[in-house]
Amino acid sequence: MNPHKRGNHSMYGVLAKFSAPEELVAAVQRARQAGYTNIEAYTPFPVQELAVVIHTEKSYVPLLTLLGGIIGCVGGFGMQWYTATIDYPLNIGGRPLLSWPSFIPITFELTILGASLAAVIGMLLLNGLPRLNHPLFQIHEFELASRNSFFLCLRQQSQFDTQTMIEFVNSLQPRQSWEVP
Amino acid sequence: MNPLPPDNSNSSAELPAHWSYTTISDKISDLVLRRRNRWPWLIAFGCAFTVMLVFFGACIYLFKTGVGIWGVNIPVAWGFAISNFVWWIGIGHAGTFISAVLLLLRQRWRGSINRFAEAMTLFAAGIAGIFPILHLGRPWFFYWLIPYPDVMNLWPQWRSPLVWDIFAISTYLIVSLLFWYMGLIPDLATLRDRAKSRSKQLIYGLFALGWRGEARHWARYEKAYLLIAGLATALVVSVHSVVSLDFAIGNTPGYHSTLFPPYFVAGALFSGFAMVLTIAIPLRHFFALHDFITVRHLENAAKILLATGWLVAYGYAAEIFMAYYSGEQFEMYEVHDRMTGAYSPLFWTLLVCNVLVPQILWWRKARRSVVVLFIMSLFVNLGMWLERFVIVVSSLHRDFLPSSWGIFIPTRWDWIHFVGSIGMFIALFLLFVRLLPAISIFEMREQVHESSQARKS
Repeated sequence: MNPHKRGNHSMYGVLAKFSAPEELVAAVQRARQAGYTNIEAYTPFPVQELAVVIHTEKSYVPLLTLLGGIIGCVGGFGMQWYTATIDYPLNIGGRPLLSWPSFIPITFELTILGASLAAVIGMLLLNGLPRLNHPLFQIHEFELASRNSFFLCLRQQSQFDTQTMIEFVNSLQPRQSWEVP
Repeated sequence: MNPLPPDNSNSSAELPAHWSYTTISDKISDLVLRRRNRWPWLIAFGCAFTVMLVFFGACIYLFKTGVGIWGVNIPVAWGFAISNFVWWIGIGHAGTFISAVLLLLRQRWRGSINRFAEAMTLFAAGIAGIFPILHLGRPWFFYWLIPYPDVMNLWPQWRSPLVWDIFAISTYLIVSLLFWYMGLIPDLATLRDRAKSRSKQLIYGLFALGWRGEARHWARYEKAYLLIAGLATALVVSVHSVVSLDFAIGNTPGYHSTLFPPYFVAGALFSGFAMVLTIAIPLRHFFALHDFITVRHLENAAKILLATGWLVAYGYAAEIFMAYYSGEQFEMYEVHDRMTGAYSPLFWTLLVCNVLVPQILWWRKARRSVVVLFIMSLFVNLGMWLERFVIVVSSLHRDFLPSSWGIFIPTRWDWIHFVGSIGMFIALFLLFVRLLPAISIFEMREQVHESSQARKS
């Protein structure tokens, strides 16, 4: 790499704004063909085709949900088993201490609770949220990403220098483009 | 909202063509950010807030004095408080049903009504949770129901339906809150980005958690949303089942029936959808949301109301049949007493409200008439409250021991707590429509996208 080339400073990436989801999907496809691998796309609502072209990695949300459910289930039943048979056994007319059918409702509720908490918290953590500040928020127009605009962000990559990236992004004919520091 | 291909029969050109991503985002977020408070809202909120304060005052008086201020006594120890509890928790069913079950069934029309229905669920379930505590003789010990390693070395009795109840209700509240909040995150980001004042940017921004709408985030978001919808579906049928077990596990005539869980769930959906109509109709009128909450939405809710109404009617019939089929004289007498005894006027009124009046929905004209639907929904709300009251009270006042039969007459405090809780519900809802988007903005943008694609093809 040429150390004297322009724009070799560290930056977040190059941002481009489009006004329709189809334009963004096409832009992502072209960026992939051009060899860019670190691509981010921002949309005001979930776009199914984008999830396909952007190659979202295998989702761990279902696995976390399952684990949360198992913890809730085992923990819930275990709590009742331990307290009812070991820590605080109540002999009521010789009836069995481990009366499991009557432990089912609470086990069920705690299973659902564990799974739901894991699904939501897992989704947020995997997304790196909460993160109140982000380099993209420096671009004023980025606030349209939650309203009517579709953004492509090519992250800085070692094999492309900044100037090449800016030129490539402009060749996609976006409505506007920015260099994100 | 889900990875399956959209059901075109249900989504084709749902929204009028003049709505774009921009206009629809601005329209819904401006209801929160730009719209000034107007007189109808101020008057309604003032009244509801006053009633809510009266409710709080009445609660303080209740805590100071004890449940003796109500008409409850032995044998009728469960009066208005438990009826209100069951009624409110039933109302709190439609929101999650709309959000979860209709999402899984790919009913796209739910998109414009799920947000406020979920809010309704939260407020109703929250208010429902207050009543069992008010009803305790020593309300300051309510936390004894929660398992924690206490210095008395005691644990809750896991075999008691009342303990199941607190787990069911608190799980339902937490999961409904998660579901609602998760749906709100992208919309809070919209509000953050549209807000002009620093304080609003800060508050909405904090709750938006820095949402940016990245494609990978959306993918995980949708997956989690679908999963939690599946989990919440199981909850919808379980919560009121557990509530019904509070009754069914006891052997009181009129309570002791395996019919109760499904019967209660059907009743919950019935009253919940009635409340959705009661709320949706004024909401679309005052905030001019006719393009989003269309007559078709109201008609669909009316159809669900009709269907669940028949399930409830079947429950009434099965209850009577089972009482006679059991051959048990107290069960038979209980049915007889309901129809002819001290509370029989309430029983017949509830039949009129819940069975007779909803039959008007067989007519398409009635299903599409906003006025008819609104009035009918009020009838169903009333009918369902009467149903809860009749189940709770008429069973207790005639049980196995004729020497201890009694009667329950509500006092003024019973009425104040009941009406006060309605005021609290209205006040919370009025605050909600001014502070948060009453319709899911990002799902409406998605519908704009789908409608435009449907028009192209």
